[in-house]
Amino acid sequence: MSTFGSKRLVVGAHYGLRDWLAQRITAVLMAVFTLVLLVQFLTPGPLGYEHWAAIFSSQWMKLLTFVTIVALIYHVWVGVRDIWMDYVPAVGARLTLQVATLVWLTGCAGWAFQVLWRI
Amino acid sequence: MTNNAQAKKRPVYRNINIFTDVRSYRLPPAGIVSILHRISGLIMFMLLPFVLWMFDMSLSSEISYEAFTNIFVAGFLGFPAWFVKLGVLVLCWGFFHHFIAGVRHLWMDATHSVSKEQGRSSAIVTLVSSLLLTLATAAKLFGVY
Repeated sequence: MSTFGSKRLVVGAHYGLRDWLAQRITAVLMAVFTLVLLVQFLTPGPLGYEHWAAIFSSQWMKLLTFVTIVALIYHVWVGVRDIWMDYVPAVGARLTLQVATLVWLTGCAGWAFQVLWRI
Repeated sequence: MTNNAQAKKRPVYRNINIFTDVRSYRLPPAGIVSILHRISGLIMFMLLPFVLWMFDMSLSSEISYEAFTNIFVAGFLGFPAWFVKLGVLVLCWGFFHHFIAGVRHLWMDATHSVSKEQGRSSAIVTLVSSLLLTLATAAKLFGVY
């Protein structure tokens, strides 16, 4: 069974272990962030704009939030790519959906970055 | 693995067809958790711009924060307030279920608790706890406490 040269199977590289592990690691990262945010949110004090904005005012929290968002993008990409892979057999349609997904996610990341740093 | 002598003849499925078989196939609790894990992920993906919009509004300034909290009182883009709250509740359920089902995955990875009985019991725990958390959020959203 030759699989080199012209007979090479081009079925998408690294869909296996890397993405499987990445989903789990990003999940743990996001879970930790959720905990950090929850603890800060529940610290005593009136719930309002001051309290909420204060949480995201420190640089370390902005950076942590941004890292979490990057983790979210990768996590969502693997998950949604799996959905397209399972339910959309037509290559053209699937490619279009994948590109649309990546554009959507990149846009979301950019927006989040802007909110955090007011660019 | 049946106890009684007259076991009910269950239908056999090979190659479940989404149009003809899915409606009569009895999905076990673990299967329900699994497909809901996917669905909740998709829901959150679709509503990500809405989440970011809420994040933006709530953080930008006191005025935008007021406008943000107001959508739960006066509605948003023509949708009444209760509809907005319902939408946020769906998002919350999606998050709770996806999170707990994800933790279940991690637990299965770490402890190899993948027997049928363990799968079934952990699936039921997932479904019940995510629904309880959603109910608690609903009570808070609709002003019970």
